[in-house]
Amino acid sequence: MNGDSPIQTDAIIIGAGPVGLFAVFELGLLDIKSHVIDILDRPGGQCAELYPEKPIYDIPALPIVTGQELTDRLLEQIKPFHPTFHFNERVDSLTRTEDGFELATDGGIRFRAKVVVIAAGGGSFTPKRPPLEGIEGFEGKSVFYAVKRMDEFRGRDVVIVGGGDSALDWTLNLQPIAKSMTLIHRRDEFRAAPDSVKKMRELVASGAMQLRIGQVTQLRGADGQLEGLSVRGQGTEVFDLACDRLLPFFGLTMKLGPIADWGLNLEENLIPVDTEKFQTSEPGIFAIGDINTYPGKLKLILSGFHEAALMAQQAYHIIFPGKRLLFQYTTSSSNLQKKLGVI
Amino acid sequence: MPKITYIDHEGRDFIVDGEVGQTVMETAIKHDVPGIVAECGGACSCATCHVYVDPAWRETTGEPSQMEEDMLDFAFDIRPESRLSCQLRISDAFNGLIVRIPEHQG
Repeated sequence: MNGDSPIQTDAIIIGAGPVGLFAVFELGLLDIKSHVIDILDRPGGQCAELYPEKPIYDIPALPIVTGQELTDRLLEQIKPFHPTFHFNERVDSLTRTEDGFELATDGGIRFRAKVVVIAAGGGSFTPKRPPLEGIEGFEGKSVFYAVKRMDEFRGRDVVIVGGGDSALDWTLNLQPIAKSMTLIHRRDEFRAAPDSVKKMRELVASGAMQLRIGQVTQLRGADGQLEGLSVRGQGTEVFDLACDRLLPFFGLTMKLGPIADWGLNLEENLIPVDTEKFQTSEPGIFAIGDINTYPGKLKLILSGFHEAALMAQQAYHIIFPGKRLLFQYTTSSSNLQKKLGVI
Repeated sequence: MPKITYIDHEGRDFIVDGEVGQTVMETAIKHDVPGIVAECGGACSCATCHVYVDPAWRETTGEPSQMEEDMLDFAFDIRPESRLSCQLRISDAFNGLIVRIPEHQG
């Protein structure tokens, strides 16, 4: 997609968590069109990834709501503004242009926007790296946290570590093309879909692959090329396994990621903003929700909603310079009601 | 108030007053005990509040639930005494509890 011309829009919102979603609403009421980019494969941010089923008790007027319900309700609320979502994309670069900003994602999508709203919460969800000595040196060469090209594993001695759907799905998908396949998990119980577990056990029974119970304690190899693993099994058992490809699946964690390289002032991985406009050290770049900091900051979803509303006011003045902004209520303004599609 | 002892991977101990009804994770955060990350804030969905319960205390603290056992799959260096401290709710019986904090929370 590198050759394509960039997508033009008014505002880019980085992060599709509750605060990013509500920013679509507040900007939309002021006629500002948004594209929303998120590294996850669906909207909701931490609400969807960390606690979709957990009740939240401090959303005004919703005595109890789960993370998933809150996400669904926000999606419904912002429908009139037709935001465009770009999932599974991480914004890697952000540069200033003559009349705004240019952004590029790891997937090669480019955007041009007049304002950027960073609503990235705790940062990008990234795969957890097992604390094994020297693992960084093998990453991208023989240790991978996702399968981008299956050919990378063709004819290889592959070890997959984990007990969830990612681990089991890739065990089943790569087993036919791998030279050998070994699944390692710390216990003989799996969180993955029962059907995948059944298929895996059948492959083990037929001798097509191995299942070993244990935890990897050491990597062996040189120059990025993995040669084998040491594994602590059950009890006092310790064993070695030869392999040249490793896929560890230990879930996701949040890291600030490329935001750190955009030239913004940072304080302990948070972005300082003023409390009038929620603007960063760079005019036209805003930060709202858990990622920002200011005196008295509370990391609450409701604080992020408030911040989105004030941010939108300033974004309006950047996008429509010189235009007067009339303060209106959705209860009484026929202009706003038209935008919401209710009249 | 039940006294809770946290020992970090370098052997330093932190003895703090726990409150009945609070979790061992919340108590650590409240008293700035290092090494407990609690990324998800106590929802049992991140496995970054992993502790090793002292063997003498395993009976008092009981066994992890199925959900906690599943979450422990996301932690590293799991041992039989591994627990997620957000799932350890303090009662009077916890007075004197000792937990060890792993070097890495992932």
